[in-house]
Amino acid sequence: MKNRSGINEILLTVNNLQVSFPSPKGVVDAVKNVSFSMGREKIGIVGESGSGKSVTGRAVLRLLPPYARVRADDIIYRGRDLQSLTEKEMRQVRGQGISMVMQDPKYSLNPVRTVGKQIREAYTIHHQVPKQEARAQALQMLEAVRIRNPEQVYHLYPHEVSGGMGQRIMIAMMLIPQPGLLIADEPTSALDVTVQLQVLAILDDLVSQRGMGLIFISHDLELVASFCDRIIIMYGGRIMEMVDADKLHESTHPYTRGLLNCLPKIDGDREPLPTLERDDAWLDDPVNRAGAL
Amino acid sequence: MTNRQNLTGARAWLLTDTPDSAFQAASGRFYLGLLEFFRNRLAVVGLLIIITLVLTATFAPQIAPYDPIATDLASRLQPLSADHWFGTDEMGRDIFSRIVWGSRLTLYVILLVAIIAAPVGILVGTVSGYFGGVIDTVLMRITDIFLAFPKLILALAFVAALGPGIENAIIAISITSWPPYARIARAETLTIRNSDFIRAIRLQGAGPIRIITKHIMPLCLSSLIVRVTLDMAGIILTAAGLGFLGLGAQPPSPEWGAMTSAGRSYILDQWWLITMPGTAIFVVSLAFNLLGDGLREVLDPKSDS
Amino acid sequence: MLNVQKLNVVFGHGATKNHAVKDVSFAVARGESFGLVGESGSGKSTVLNCISGLLSNWDGTIEVDGKPVSHKRHMSFYRKVQMVFQDPYGSLHPRHTIDQTLKEPIAIHRIGDANRRVNQVLREVGLGPQFRFRYPHQLSGGQRQRVAVARALILEPEIILLDEPTSALDVSIQAEVLNLLQEIRTERNLTYVLVSHDLAVVSHMCDTISVMNHGQTVEIINRVQLQNGSLKEQYTRQLLTASKGYDRAAIDQFQDF
Repeated sequence: MKNRSGINEILLTVNNLQVSFPSPKGVVDAVKNVSFSMGREKIGIVGESGSGKSVTGRAVLRLLPPYARVRADDIIYRGRDLQSLTEKEMRQVRGQGISMVMQDPKYSLNPVRTVGKQIREAYTIHHQVPKQEARAQALQMLEAVRIRNPEQVYHLYPHEVSGGMGQRIMIAMMLIPQPGLLIADEPTSALDVTVQLQVLAILDDLVSQRGMGLIFISHDLELVASFCDRIIIMYGGRIMEMVDADKLHESTHPYTRGLLNCLPKIDGDREPLPTLERDDAWLDDPVNRAGAL
Repeated sequence: MTNRQNLTGARAWLLTDTPDSAFQAASGRFYLGLLEFFRNRLAVVGLLIIITLVLTATFAPQIAPYDPIATDLASRLQPLSADHWFGTDEMGRDIFSRIVWGSRLTLYVILLVAIIAAPVGILVGTVSGYFGGVIDTVLMRITDIFLAFPKLILALAFVAALGPGIENAIIAISITSWPPYARIARAETLTIRNSDFIRAIRLQGAGPIRIITKHIMPLCLSSLIVRVTLDMAGIILTAAGLGFLGLGAQPPSPEWGAMTSAGRSYILDQWWLITMPGTAIFVVSLAFNLLGDGLREVLDPKSDS
Repeated sequence: MLNVQKLNVVFGHGATKNHAVKDVSFAVARGESFGLVGESGSGKSTVLNCISGLLSNWDGTIEVDGKPVSHKRHMSFYRKVQMVFQDPYGSLHPRHTIDQTLKEPIAIHRIGDANRRVNQVLREVGLGPQFRFRYPHQLSGGQRQRVAVARALILEPEIILLDEPTSALDVSIQAEVLNLLQEIRTERNLTYVLVSHDLAVVSHMCDTISVMNHGQTVEIINRVQLQNGSLKEQYTRQLLTASKGYDRAAIDQFQDF
């Protein structure tokens, strides 16, 4: 396994997660029978739209709307059963235990407060310290995400920073309470390719320095394969396959192969791309659990 | 049961995913909108009251037991009774009959104002929003001028200039009603103007008239219908206000506002003179508010996924 | 077929002046597929908007089929050049059925025979007649994009401008739409100008590719050069490396351009 630091500790266990939403056409299963466990490693959850990958991430943190029905045999973080916690206890877990970075900083940063204030607040929610100390922590965090002039950026508003910087600020905000696990939901999809990779490099460093676990949710299979240790591939709310990242291209699961084959490649020929033939049977098959912890 | 099959058949036709004609598609959409509307009980109450208003106005001759303008001084100021459900006023006229006939006037005012003000507003707003620049500035400043006057004062000035009467009152109210619609239409147009589908139709050679009428106006309609419905209450009240001041419908016209005004002097001992028409005004205004809210739930394009 | 010479676009003035497109020139032969690739802010979409006529404050020369185009477009232009937009959810009028959307250009240009044309073009993009009277919200993203392609085809243009046509689509749907676009290009001998941020898409679809950055053309290359890495400019090399996925050593070498 790549990038494994520290003890072989299991951070998160999810068993048989089901999430369903009411809809005019009846109850829709957004996530069905999802189970996995992870330690201090980078796991990628890959799928197309509607695959349930984002819903899974949010279900763990109980961030779904109240009309969503979430049930699981286990959702255990560091030995604590998250499902049994009250909302107040869950709020403590959010940020300090498990944190989440979302896709577009334009929408996830408060537009009417300065960036520095927001990071500071993320700290003081979990640590009762005087304002000056919180500010120092915030500045330190801005440096950790390689922002060259933290003093200046501290006083900027979200609309005054670029996309890449905004996302780094988001990461700073989410990592300042020192969570053990970070869930990143398409954290770089709104960014240019070079900026994407630079932001991921920062994330990579921080995660390994702090011995954190990372769940990286994305639609970009190749990116996840090159960045993560293990990959979970989802379709229709179910897990199709779990593989080690370096073994992805040897996968024999028809959905995974289909996804890999239908990508246009720079060194490909210009023949028509193979298209994905969806098989309803995939939604019934038992999960291929190659590479479980 | 054959009946049941037919119902399923009709429903199936309306809700099909693959409509065969534009008519079927539009009917299906309308049906879904109707279903959603009926889920809102208060809105349905509002609708029923308004339907009652329309029916009352249409069948006024059949419903009203007495002639609304015939005086009978012998039976003036009678309280509620079996003979006179709402009592009689200071001239001995049956209040119930006057309210029934007055519903025609109320409806007349509402419809005319809506028909005059809304199209003017939407036209000014969409043209202003689409062209921008000088046209926008000029039209918006004109709108601002009209908006600056309080409704009642401008209506008063107008009526004072042209003389009292219900037609003039209607014109006066219309003149003050259109500016908010222009504002709403302009705001919507500014948002829509930059959409890809507008750019696409421009790229197919569509001129501004086609774009404004076929592409932008339909999208403004929803918020405008809601706004106009909610405004109805205010329009009724303004007309009543003018009537109250003696500047709207002239006596012996059974206009609800005028009736409330006349009832002022009798409020302590013969409370029904002012209460009955006052309640009628209140109920109809409320009904339009409820209907407007219900329509907003159904028509709001933001919740159109 | 299409000739762009020294195109310049400046937005705003004074402190907020933005020279969005600087001296961009390129030529596209008939039947060729030309790609414009770059990151956000590179000016690639702006170039497309100038060619299509949606943007009119540009300087330079744009020639279509040998004839220069003015800032205001004539109706006949739209029978030569059409465009497919990025967002399948925004490019169709939400209150018009597919039938209405497709019939409108026919009505504007008065070319008649509407029903036959609509059915034909829907078939060509792989949608059956059962889609005619649906509303956009009743279609999936891929289906909407197919309708967008159908709408572009219905006026029988010779050049189609494609602005990130598959960026908002799932990968498997993207493959279908790209295949469709290639098929149509061959069948109708169309000329494409494709804008994308995705090197793989552009490489798959295009013969010649212009790499843009900050409004300027960095270099003009072809697929072979991308494949064997014989690129002149460092920026292009960096872009190519970035498209290959997460490579820590390479990322640490990234420069700001």
